[in-house]
Amino acid sequence: MKDLLLIVVSTVLINNFVLSYFLGICPFLGVSGKLSSAIGMGLSVIFVMTLSSSISWLIYHLILIPLEITFLSYVVFILVIASLVQIVEMFIRKYSPPLYQALGIYLPLITTNCAILGCALFMIARNYAFLPAVVFGFSAGVGFTLILLVMAGIREELQFNDVPGVLKGAPITLITAGLLALCFMGFSGLISS
Amino acid sequence: MNSTQLIIKGVWTDHPIFRQLLGMCPTLAVTTSSINGISMGLAVLFVLFFSSFVVSLIKKIVPSQVRIAVYTVIIATFVTIVDIFLKAYFPDISRALGPYIPLIIVNCIILGRCEVFASRHSLGVSLIDALAMGSGFTWGLFVLGSIRELFGAGTILGFKIMPAFYNPLIIMILPAGAFLVLGTLVGVMNKIEQKR
Repeated sequence: MKDLLLIVVSTVLINNFVLSYFLGICPFLGVSGKLSSAIGMGLSVIFVMTLSSSISWLIYHLILIPLEITFLSYVVFILVIASLVQIVEMFIRKYSPPLYQALGIYLPLITTNCAILGCALFMIARNYAFLPAVVFGFSAGVGFTLILLVMAGIREELQFNDVPGVLKGAPITLITAGLLALCFMGFSGLISS
Repeated sequence: MNSTQLIIKGVWTDHPIFRQLLGMCPTLAVTTSSINGISMGLAVLFVLFFSSFVVSLIKKIVPSQVRIAVYTVIIATFVTIVDIFLKAYFPDISRALGPYIPLIIVNCIILGRCEVFASRHSLGVSLIDALAMGSGFTWGLFVLGSIRELFGAGTILGFKIMPAFYNPLIIMILPAGAFLVLGTLVGVMNKIEQKR
């Protein structure tokens, strides 16, 4: 239990996917403009990331390792993610139209979100057992959502400020992210290891 | 569109990093030093070149519903080749770049060029476009890596540049520095474009 809690704290706050591994920067720059779309994107990512890290773990340990074809892992992982996103999209569309209304447009974008593939790769590289891997996937998603929400909040305020012309749009967002990364470095003393 | 225009587009006016803001994840993550930047740039150039080659060859026989999946598998195959090659011949670089080599698969520059360009143009033109975009990406990474290495460690490509009394700004090597430098560079590029 203590290990799982450590994984959650370190993945959400200390080694945040966006701010310290730079994973998922494209959606981070793309959809952090409005709070409502940030929530939709965040929830979809948490959902897909938890599922994909569990399924990738099962495939890696039950199929790829016994057959000794781990060199195929990149191709297999990206196929798992792409098909998972497709299935989730079809499933939600059929069984929960309101949820589809909320998440629909974000789901296809997730296939090329490097945070999802990164999560699967990190989980294999760190040799997690099944339960920690699932918790890791879930908390990576939560960490991504947290930063997305903070950023969306800041950017909504930023609209009313007088930003120098050349820095408008992406540059000021990147610089804000840099300052945010500085703030989050304060969490690094939270776990002594 | 002739090949000179394509090259100018890839290397400057439509620069993948500074103008299109694509491939942000490796751009920020591996540019802690100029050598890492160049290695990542060349790896992407290789994958982009050969993926464009294959995609352009098979563009007529791939059904459009499954094209993204097909392109992704092609890209993943070439990335696996690069990964195994680096592990065998350049183990140091392979360790330094770590998981960011497999993450080239989801680099939007490559999928973007395959989808927007290679799948709609003839083989020769697609290869020129891939080379132009790939070199644009490589010099972008090199500049970003050099600036961060210069201020963060006082060196470029391992050679001492800053005078002995210079106190390295560790922040430039840390993730926060990556965001700050890239944000400033994109701003500088905007300024240059405005003047033209």
